[in-house]
Amino acid sequence: MSTETNNKSGASALLGWIDDRFPLTKTWKEQWGAYYAPKNFNFWYYFGSIAMLVLVLQIVTGIFLTMNYKPSADGAFASVEYIMRDVNWGWLIRYMHSTGASAFFIVVYLHMFRGLMYGSYKNPRELLWIFGMLIYLVLMAEAFMGYLLPWGNMSYWGAQVITSLFGAIPYVGTSLVEWIRGDYFISDITLNRFFALHVIALPLALVFLVVAHLLALHEVGSNNPDGIEIKKNKGADGHPLDGISSHPYYSVKDFMGFVFFALIFAGIIFFEPTFNNLFLERANFDPADRLQTPAEIAPVWYFTPYYAILRAVPNKLLGVILMGLAVMIFFLLPWLDRAKVKSIRYRGWLYKGFLAAFVISFIALGYLGMHKPTPALTNAARVFSTVYFAFFLLMPWYTSVDKTKPVPDRVTFHAH
Amino acid sequence: MSESEHVDESRRHFLLVATSAVGAVGAVATAVPFLASWQPSARAQALGGPVEADISKLQMGELMKVEWRGQAIYVVRRTQEMIDKLKEHDSMLRDPNSLESEQPDFAKNTTRALKPEYLVLIGVCTHLGCAPQPKLSAGDATVAADWPGGFYCPCHGSKFDLSGRVLKDVPAPLNLRVPPYYFSSDATLVIGLDKGVA
Repeated sequence: MSTETNNKSGASALLGWIDDRFPLTKTWKEQWGAYYAPKNFNFWYYFGSIAMLVLVLQIVTGIFLTMNYKPSADGAFASVEYIMRDVNWGWLIRYMHSTGASAFFIVVYLHMFRGLMYGSYKNPRELLWIFGMLIYLVLMAEAFMGYLLPWGNMSYWGAQVITSLFGAIPYVGTSLVEWIRGDYFISDITLNRFFALHVIALPLALVFLVVAHLLALHEVGSNNPDGIEIKKNKGADGHPLDGISSHPYYSVKDFMGFVFFALIFAGIIFFEPTFNNLFLERANFDPADRLQTPAEIAPVWYFTPYYAILRAVPNKLLGVILMGLAVMIFFLLPWLDRAKVKSIRYRGWLYKGFLAAFVISFIALGYLGMHKPTPALTNAARVFSTVYFAFFLLMPWYTSVDKTKPVPDRVTFHAH
Repeated sequence: MSESEHVDESRRHFLLVATSAVGAVGAVATAVPFLASWQPSARAQALGGPVEADISKLQMGELMKVEWRGQAIYVVRRTQEMIDKLKEHDSMLRDPNSLESEQPDFAKNTTRALKPEYLVLIGVCTHLGCAPQPKLSAGDATVAADWPGGFYCPCHGSKFDLSGRVLKDVPAPLNLRVPPYYFSSDATLVIGLDKGVA
């Protein structure tokens, strides 16, 4: 290799020099350049790459926010106002970050729904799914801690409510809550440690997990809307017959997704950055007041389905446990699903019905979690919580008795 | 060279297990200072020390808020009528005798107070930590028609009577907590210590 490079141009000589010392070309080819992905990807396959774009946006805007933000109970609220009013383009960077958090969850929820539709968590992609779920968990922690940082009144009371949840644990609850807060209440000390976790610890974990998620994906290969393993049909060149090289084909497709995402994202940032109280709640434009609860405490929209489950249970400890289970049960999907086919295209009406009921419950719980509970709404939340858990707990039954259709050998694809 | 090819598997296994075990103990020991650094610091503990409140100006049937450990402490000076009525609605309460809730021993009774006249409570809902609103007058229609008077949490609708005891069928599981306290004089309330300790 090194002898060949002598005849080549400067740039490729440099690349050769690097490749002899570091697997640059090799890694590029394995991870993207010559990674063969199914050629039948559809609209739902945009969201993985868009999630990565949002991660980059959050990291970059976050770094610039820390340059002006002060993580102290005395200075935090004022420093955010300073960013919004006095720092050049500070309002844009802040709204990119706060809207970006909601965008992240929208994209991740769509990405997860794609996995549910096409059975992307099934063998051999269990570990890929687990890495994805870990990303989701860390993302929730990251979002929760980030929401305390502006030190608005909803930041304060949201953190108060969520940290109180740990107090429901028998025996160790009270000391555990004190340990998390580092004080007897949500104080400057709590704010400072949440800041450290939000800007260093959790982003590092997030980046590490994203790398693991991608390595696992490129090792087992992508699933597709037909749920067919394309590696089973390889051509003479050793590449899957139903696969195309990610570069340039999916580079172009993903770039197209980026452009459309950027259009919508910019529209929201410029015209409706708080998204009518959903992305940034009204009470959070008041400074934290530890003696005055906001009239209504609701977490940001992406947590409200779980919050509705918590409130639906009359027993506090049981509510906390069920809320935790509602998140953790996703981890078990690869083993709960007994169907022989992956994709919804070849599944029977049972799975389709349960999935539809699950999506409706998730959205309904999200709606209920945002609104003040009345007896009628609480009963509705109980019904939807039951449906939510039924989707998972009855899965071994309905996926094994469901009538599936025969899966073709090759993917469904129409050239454009 | 044939001697060097001999591998003593059991010796290798022993060394591997011993090294791992000692390493694990070291890792746990190293984690202790980091985890313990999350406990309330000496300064936080000092700031969380007892506070004094002047209660000489508190009128009958009124409430004052005192801050202790960043939480609002509600002090209510109950009228004799309020105190007498406390025994009349036990059937509405989940734990009328405060068997499960957190309070100093002297408050484990109907009035939940050292002196029945002065009710001292931590103004933090035992459900999820919101601040319950004082709705002291009985029959306050903004809460309920049969309202005995007490505290109403706006977050999730928990209700407490004038001793901070939780009503039935609300999300809060326990009575409001009573902090340790004592009266250092007729006009001074000390919150954060009870007399036994001082």
